[in-house]
Amino acid sequence: MTGNRLSGPLADVSADAGYTDHPRRVGFFTDTSVCIGCKACEVACKEWNALPDPDGDVLTLTGMSYDNTGELGSDSWRHVAFIEQPGHPDGDELIHAVADLNGSGDGLGTTRWLMASDVCKHCTHAACLDVCPTGALTRTEFGTVIVQPDVCNGCAYCVSACPFGVIDRREDDGRAWKCTMCYDRLRGGLEPACAKACPTDSIQFGPLDELRAIANYRLEELHASGETRARLYLDDPEDGIGGGGAFFLLLDEPEVYGLPPDPVVTSKDLPRMWKWAGAAAGLLVAGVAVAFSGRRP
Amino acid sequence: MTEQLQVPPADFQSYYGRPILKVARWKEPHLPAYLFFGEMSGALALVGAAAHATGRRSLARTARLASALGTYAGGAFLAAELGRPERFLNMLRVAKPTSPMSMGSWILAGHSGLASAAAAADITGLLPGLGAMAGAGSALTGPLLATYPGVLLGNTAVPAWHEAHREITLLFAGGAMTAAGAAGLAASAISADRADFDAAWKLAMIGAVVESAAGYGLETVPPPAGEVYRSGEGGRALRMARALTIGGGVAALAARRSRVAAAVSAGLLAGGGFCAKMAVLRAGKASAADPRYVVESQRPAEAELSEAGALFR
Repeated sequence: MTGNRLSGPLADVSADAGYTDHPRRVGFFTDTSVCIGCKACEVACKEWNALPDPDGDVLTLTGMSYDNTGELGSDSWRHVAFIEQPGHPDGDELIHAVADLNGSGDGLGTTRWLMASDVCKHCTHAACLDVCPTGALTRTEFGTVIVQPDVCNGCAYCVSACPFGVIDRREDDGRAWKCTMCYDRLRGGLEPACAKACPTDSIQFGPLDELRAIANYRLEELHASGETRARLYLDDPEDGIGGGGAFFLLLDEPEVYGLPPDPVVTSKDLPRMWKWAGAAAGLLVAGVAVAFSGRRP
Repeated sequence: MTEQLQVPPADFQSYYGRPILKVARWKEPHLPAYLFFGEMSGALALVGAAAHATGRRSLARTARLASALGTYAGGAFLAAELGRPERFLNMLRVAKPTSPMSMGSWILAGHSGLASAAAAADITGLLPGLGAMAGAGSALTGPLLATYPGVLLGNTAVPAWHEAHREITLLFAGGAMTAAGAAGLAASAISADRADFDAAWKLAMIGAVVESAAGYGLETVPPPAGEVYRSGEGGRALRMARALTIGGGVAALAARRSRVAAAVSAGLLAGGGFCAKMAVLRAGKASAADPRYVVESQRPAEAELSEAGALFR
């Protein structure tokens, strides 16, 4: 610990944000091993939060497997990634058969499909929240991070600060938007729309400490069944963001899913950076002093 | 020469090559212009106070006026950059030490007020005591206004900004000197009292050395983050910046003898400083757009291996 609360484990994020009497910290555990890629989470999120179509009613096909959403953004708060891994030993023979049906016969072998529903991580140390100059981004009593649309002035600092590329500015609206973990539903005692809609319980919602215990049990189960590459991502309070309020069970490296392998909240280095700025200010003063040394000619 | 480092390592994986980070929404010319006018104003406040203290009356008045105007120009570009410019004053809704933009907004607000008071007192001749005090105050806020943007950009997830925050901060300190020097050079090209401006000429030359050296420092930032300052749009703008800055510094040598040289030097230095800010913005965007910079900066061991591999390729 560096003596500040800019990084490292934090037992109670809501208390740190000033809440004295608050509910337990809640979160998402997204178990990608049971995701079937149905995108019910994306649809439920769009419906409940009345999110606009980023492409303005035009159907855009990306050519990236079954993913035509592309990425998280101001208008997409859940994003289901589809990864096709031809030749993977854990792949599905059925898909192999389909590949051969189209006459390719190129010995693709088996193809493994990875599907994963990505979302805002609601970091313990949230860079977006740290850098927001207006106080529009705020920590809720549930330990989640939300943008207050009536305060945000669209400075876009959060867009560059987020290590996951989650939050973005809506250019026609001028403000930054991201997942609220359905703050309105939480206030009403309901679970977020995406978790409610998920048919396989790939998206689980609940108190964060309980979810971590469930995730560890599930990981052991997968390891025992031979899925040795399964790993938890952002579950550890000792990691660079102090652990995610949303964390994941992945079956491959994070970057395969478009996630950073070892994200660190940028504010961790803030004291060091201010010291440098102070030194540079000193250099500027010295430069002016030298320029004014000597008599006026 | 360094192009081989651009070859992606065989084990690099990504999601269809898509960016992991969002590319900065900040744009040209707004962000470079804000940075340029902010640091110019900051350094000119120092110049104004020093000129006042050493009896260089014409330089003091020029510096104070330009310093005040610089805060308005910078503030205008900052507001125009916002998605909701009418909510510009929300910047002063809270004071947040964890947000360099919040700190910068307060520094800019304080500095603008002090610089304006100093300029107004100098021009009107009213309340000279208060004017001198405001001028001295702006000499304290000025250096912070000039160098805090290094923290502003450094405190992001953008690899080319976070990893190079030291070099960027020094680039801005040097740029503050050349921008203030350029303002002095421009005024000396038309002023009747040219001897007053000797300090501005010297500051321009010192600044040209510091800014060029910091630019070189950016190019030597280790890969992966440093690559975007050597190649691509960032590298091109940085080389252009250095050529302009060095040219301006050399032209400043002749400013004493020639008004034309003073004017040319001012133009070259201002252009070089603006170009340097564009280089930083473009390099940052390039490093956020390619997931390789994020993955490799977070897996340093593999990045070193791939670099070694590139040498043997």
